[in-house]
Amino acid sequence: MAAPTLDTAGPSTAVPPAYLDATRDNASLRAFLHGLPGVDQVGAEARVATLATRSIKTTAKAWAIDTAIGLIDLTTLEGSDTPGKVASLCAKARRPDPSDPSCPPTAAVCVYGDLVPYAVEALEGSGVHIAAVATAFPSGRASREVKIADVQDAVRAGADEIDMVIDRGAFLSGRYSAVFDEIVAVKHACGSAHLKVILETGELATYDNVRRASWLAMLAGGDFIKTSTGKMSPAATLPVTMVMLEAVRDFAEATGRRIGVKPAGGIRTSKDAIKHLVLINETTGPEWLHPDLFRIGASSLLNDLLLQRHKLRTGHYSGPDYVTVD
Amino acid sequence: MSSRLDVRKTYKLYIGGKFPRSESGRSYVVTDTKGEFLANASRASRKDARDAVVAARGAFSGWSGATAYNRGQVLYRVAEVMEGRAEQFATEVAAGEGLRLTQARGVVAAAIDRWVWYAGWTDKLSQVVGGTNPVAGPYFDFSIPEPTGVVAILAPQDSSLLGLVSVLAPTLAGGNVVVAVSSKRRPLPAITLAEAFATSDVPGGVVNLLTGGAAEIGPWLAEHADVNAIDLTGTVGGSDEAEGADAELARDLEAKAAGTLKRVRRPSVGSPDWAAEPGLSRMTAFLETKTVWHPIGV
Repeated sequence: MAAPTLDTAGPSTAVPPAYLDATRDNASLRAFLHGLPGVDQVGAEARVATLATRSIKTTAKAWAIDTAIGLIDLTTLEGSDTPGKVASLCAKARRPDPSDPSCPPTAAVCVYGDLVPYAVEALEGSGVHIAAVATAFPSGRASREVKIADVQDAVRAGADEIDMVIDRGAFLSGRYSAVFDEIVAVKHACGSAHLKVILETGELATYDNVRRASWLAMLAGGDFIKTSTGKMSPAATLPVTMVMLEAVRDFAEATGRRIGVKPAGGIRTSKDAIKHLVLINETTGPEWLHPDLFRIGASSLLNDLLLQRHKLRTGHYSGPDYVTVD
Repeated sequence: MSSRLDVRKTYKLYIGGKFPRSESGRSYVVTDTKGEFLANASRASRKDARDAVVAARGAFSGWSGATAYNRGQVLYRVAEVMEGRAEQFATEVAAGEGLRLTQARGVVAAAIDRWVWYAGWTDKLSQVVGGTNPVAGPYFDFSIPEPTGVVAILAPQDSSLLGLVSVLAPTLAGGNVVVAVSSKRRPLPAITLAEAFATSDVPGGVVNLLTGGAAEIGPWLAEHADVNAIDLTGTVGGSDEAEGADAELARDLEAKAAGTLKRVRRPSVGSPDWAAEPGLSRMTAFLETKTVWHPIGV
């Protein structure tokens, strides 16, 4: 894939016209975000619990497993990552199950910015996207200049998706326009690369905050909203993902723009993944079951999906000896 | 004196150090030899077996990596806890196997002694079945026994405590982890033994006990790619059908096990005498020998 070109014009916001007023300054943003309806916590958790009881079996399960594999951002974000580890991760992303050519590739790999060149080399011609985490991931504690440089560096190296973290400190202390401006600036620095905005919902404390942060990120031009860095717990929980999906659905209704959602962290089993697929289907509709609009950030999940795939193919249970050790 | 309501127990499975109900929600009635109600037991399903294998696999590195001495101590502790529950075991064995209480007490004593005997073997096995090998070259060459891994055991159908102990303890002593299916008609001593495991020092997942049918769960364990070996002892009397069905079940399970390259211990011909001196064969059945060539000189 061609490296995205960098736009050299100054930051221009792509805020939908109807919301230009709401994003004018901090006071208007605050008024807008706090004017959003509150989330019924008990209702949200009950709704998710009901959906999680759906039983998905046989052919539907086979479809769900293959769909889930195609939605994965296969991730390695360790301090100990090496070019070799990234290369083997990329090989796995291209052919998750070497013994079965019918197994689809994952949607993308997700690595730190400095390892992007190795991923570019390993994934050439495969159609698997390359996502890089940037903006002083995972804490986001750096100056705007450093964050922008981090993004530009990853984009120049060939990343076509950027996962940024928002400044949770600013968000929680009510400096919404600071967060907004930063997302706008990062989006500009991304050029044609897709921008995923990580809300780190584990630090946002309430579902109301998750809803506000989702709207803030969407108004500022994020292409995806992502739950978590995966570096803290709780990460992606089903109610949080549902609140974000609802925000995305409402935003699409109001503006006609479809934003993607990416739960990340803590999704380890096929069952968890399938629960997410059910949730999407019931919240935003099946058109969101597409890698352009939904991703799952995960590393160990893929192995569990492969084991389930083996089970469906062979009729007997498989084991960890039959998948790679990551 | 006021009469008391019976506490009609419904026992659960033992998986990963916990006592879950069967995923299937099923249970069955356990009766004594005269057909009187004893308790309800969970009827394990294939998914319980799957969960048990996952729990066992997770416990393998810890148990096989523990020193043989430590394993011996942990197993000895199980015998201590069993001793404290001896009367409960005796009542259950008497009811299930149709013995008088005094006879049953003898069986329980033998089972506890058997457990202690195997506990003592943990740190002596490698001296007896391993050793140094004389080789024609400048090498120090030695062989050591290593555990096979996750072992599925279909426990004896007739001898519900002594038989169970005689298949469990040797497998554990060598460092294997176990998923065992108890006697179907006489599961109570197995459940009580699970309670002994839970209250001793055996790490969760090292032993997993399922109650239910060997003919139902056996095929799933035999085919499971993450089970390394299977003991088919419980196929004798394990099918609900007529004569000849047991042998067919054993053949079927062996064929299934071959599909995923398992070590198989076949059921013995005729019913084994569980009271007899056991010998080493049940320990060595699930050990593999690793031979190391170490250069000397230089």
